[in-house]
Amino acid sequence: MNDVFEIIIGLLLTIGGVFIFVGSLGLARLKDFYARLHAPTKATTVGLGSVLLASMIYTYATEGYISVNELLITLFLVITAPVVAHILAKVAMHHQVKMMPKTRNAELVKLARKQLPPDATVDIEEDSRLP
Amino acid sequence: MLDIAVIFVGIVLAISLVLNIYRLFVGPNASDRLLALDTMYINSIALILVYGMHSSTTLYFEAALLIAMLGFVSSVAFAKYLLRGDIIE
Repeated sequence: MNDVFEIIIGLLLTIGGVFIFVGSLGLARLKDFYARLHAPTKATTVGLGSVLLASMIYTYATEGYISVNELLITLFLVITAPVVAHILAKVAMHHQVKMMPKTRNAELVKLARKQLPPDATVDIEEDSRLP
Repeated sequence: MLDIAVIFVGIVLAISLVLNIYRLFVGPNASDRLLALDTMYINSIALILVYGMHSSTTLYFEAALLIAMLGFVSSVAFAKYLLRGDIIE
């Protein structure tokens, strides 16, 4: 294999590994669920994209063709990671997971759980339309 | 040089999986555990790809694609169950 290819693949692999490690460290160390949600869904996706790019270049350097599987995995992951993050945030909101005390605008969660806009004037406790 | 990078990234990914397992066992409520499981899917995809580069074969990419698809579907199904108490209403 060419030396240039080796250096590029090694750099991409190392960057990807470091990003994935930072994401997992954030998952283990951050304080509440809403903060923890940020680390794996953003940093880990970037890291896996970098590893997949390295794998694609490796296939090109050794076999001589561009593999489509890695592109498919990258596309699928970039589409699905935000969906999972959104649905998990919704789960946490409806289960009333505890927040950090210094979370800003925490009172809007009550309105959001009833699917009302932020400037709704309805009194939440006394509205009979809502369950 | 590439061998050293591959082995280094493999070790880093193994440590990341151990951190995810810590959150999977400790996590105070169900959504934390679900997030840890979803991260473990992504980390295992990366580990499979790195192992494929280590053993210089392209056989494992289909396995990685399968884990990516089924991981997403199972994460959404778990979250839907936690959210509504049922998966398909």
